[in-house]
Amino acid sequence: MIATQSLTMRYPRVTALDRLTVDITPGVTGLVGANGAGKSTLIKILLGLSPATEGSAHVLGLDVSHEGGAIRERVGYMPEHDCLPPDVSATEFVVHMARMSGLPPTAARERTADTLRHVGLYEERYRSMGGYSTGMKQRVKLAQALVHDPQLVLLDEPTNGLDPVGRDDMLDLIRRVHTDFGISVLVTSHLLGELERTCDHVVVIDGGKLLRSSSTADFTQDAASLAVEVTDTDARPDGTAALRAALTAAGLTVKSLADGGAPGSGHVLLVDVEGESVSDTVRDAVVDLGLGLVRMEQRRHHISEVFSDDTPAAGSHEGGSGGDDTGAGTAHDPAAWQRQYAGTRAQEGGSGDVA
Amino acid sequence: MSPEPSPTPVAPRGTDVIHNIGYRKYDGPRLGRAYARRSLFLQTLRGAYGLGRAGKSKVLPMILFAVMALPAGIIVAVAVTTGADELPVGYAEYAVQLQFVIALFVAAVAPQAVSLDLRFKTIPLYFSRPIERSDYVAAKAAALAAALFVFIASPVVILYAGALLAKLDFVDQTGGFVQGVVFSALYALVYGGVGLAAAALTPRRGFGVAAIIAVLTIPYMLVNALQSIATEQDSDAGGWLGAASPGTLLTGVQEKFFGGDSLFAGAVELSDAQGAVYLLLLAGLIAGSYALLLRRYGKAGL
Repeated sequence: MIATQSLTMRYPRVTALDRLTVDITPGVTGLVGANGAGKSTLIKILLGLSPATEGSAHVLGLDVSHEGGAIRERVGYMPEHDCLPPDVSATEFVVHMARMSGLPPTAARERTADTLRHVGLYEERYRSMGGYSTGMKQRVKLAQALVHDPQLVLLDEPTNGLDPVGRDDMLDLIRRVHTDFGISVLVTSHLLGELERTCDHVVVIDGGKLLRSSSTADFTQDAASLAVEVTDTDARPDGTAALRAALTAAGLTVKSLADGGAPGSGHVLLVDVEGESVSDTVRDAVVDLGLGLVRMEQRRHHISEVFSDDTPAAGSHEGGSGGDDTGAGTAHDPAAWQRQYAGTRAQEGGSGDVA
Repeated sequence: MSPEPSPTPVAPRGTDVIHNIGYRKYDGPRLGRAYARRSLFLQTLRGAYGLGRAGKSKVLPMILFAVMALPAGIIVAVAVTTGADELPVGYAEYAVQLQFVIALFVAAVAPQAVSLDLRFKTIPLYFSRPIERSDYVAAKAAALAAALFVFIASPVVILYAGALLAKLDFVDQTGGFVQGVVFSALYALVYGGVGLAAAALTPRRGFGVAAIIAVLTIPYMLVNALQSIATEQDSDAGGWLGAASPGTLLTGVQEKFFGGDSLFAGAVELSDAQGAVYLLLLAGLIAGSYALLLRRYGKAGL
């Protein structure tokens, strides 16, 4: 689908992409990186809109440097930001966009009706888009990217600004774009948890370099952990510490979720899921200690935690505050990552990110 | 008698059944870049008159269109009823007389043709499709010029129809009509170009409207005032002064090349040299505003 060979993009002051070589196969692929990691630059080059400084890239077997027009005819693009004029109806707008992709008038109308139905817009599609909710706007944006039946769509942060339900709907929709429509997807996101659910493959870039490219299964193995919270009892005034000792003794890796900010977060333990039996072990340990189990849930990691696991600094996890850890764990641009981290935490909080 | 077919059997093609037909692939033709450019042209042209947009977008262009055409209708009515032997206003002169209405129309239409795309960031959606930046600029500029041409040439057509109804001299009137139409086209190109460039440089629609009115009327009034002063003092600088604003350039060219009366203060008429300079300046104005647009969109990207 997409292949780049040592793709480099230098602007006068920054290097946006640094010898990026990546091969993306058909299916749903997640592209992860902080703001400024080079995601938008990559998309721009893949659409043949700006020439790379060095290296080459092929999309659908077409060279981006001189077959941009042909590529853009077969690729759909959904931008991150708002892009809909408010005084036009969704139907008018998507029909126009279909014609801009080269569809004849009748086909443009038929495809628009079909596509809007598939993304879940019905009667409201005849109303002006100014009055749409964020969720409806995102659907229109997706529809305009799909209306010309592309072979590949590039989705830039499609879940931005959506509430938890809207986010789930959008993720299901993205999955369906591949399974039902047979269109390959490249989707960018800040949240690994989202990509876990939708993607077959995840590509991580940072500072314009490829950090990692692997199938989602590999990622989730690393990423999965269990959040456990227990009560204190008279027999054990500090139940959390006791459980921690017991679990460590049982050979599990345990971290504490010491956010500092949220009350009671010091009582939450994160247990790395290293096999099928981990939750059983935890349950048994809690029962043995006679503690009350408040919760035990699968936690979705966001991407910066994966980075900190990749770096030597990972050892210093325990006891450190979450924010500091992510900052230290990323060598390239700690400040950017911290901002990123703050942003994603806020999003995660809003979505009640529980498996 | 054969029995009536019972009413119970369901018609083989039930009309009230919803089929989930699933996703359908599109394997029809993809008409590419030239077709997309044409579509954008048509959409912008329609949009200029508010067609295909919300109802309130139609109000202003239509009112202005009525204001533009009404005097022509009155002139024609008077000419037909009184049996005058020529129209009181020349075909090309008409547009110059009503140039404030035209400036208002440009101010209403040009920002909506380009500022909306900039302001609501629709531009990336265009550039992620087969068309290039130059196609976008060409389609928008052509569409605005066409919308303006329709706006300016319609009263000319009304005048011509009225002249024929009033049985005025056919050859004379047809010659004037052709001059009027060509002048309308020139007018549309100049005002369209200037208006579009001004609108594209101001992403907020309100600023765009103000900027266009300012660019199209303030220099014009200034030049007019200076020309009046020059006439008062018996100076012959009036002809050259007219070269300083788009409106007066058109006014001068109208008198020199399109068979109208001079509408300058003191009825200054242009020399041949001045006429040539005026034409060159107009050509430069059209080319310059187009180049400015191309530059503007060279930067606007994803």
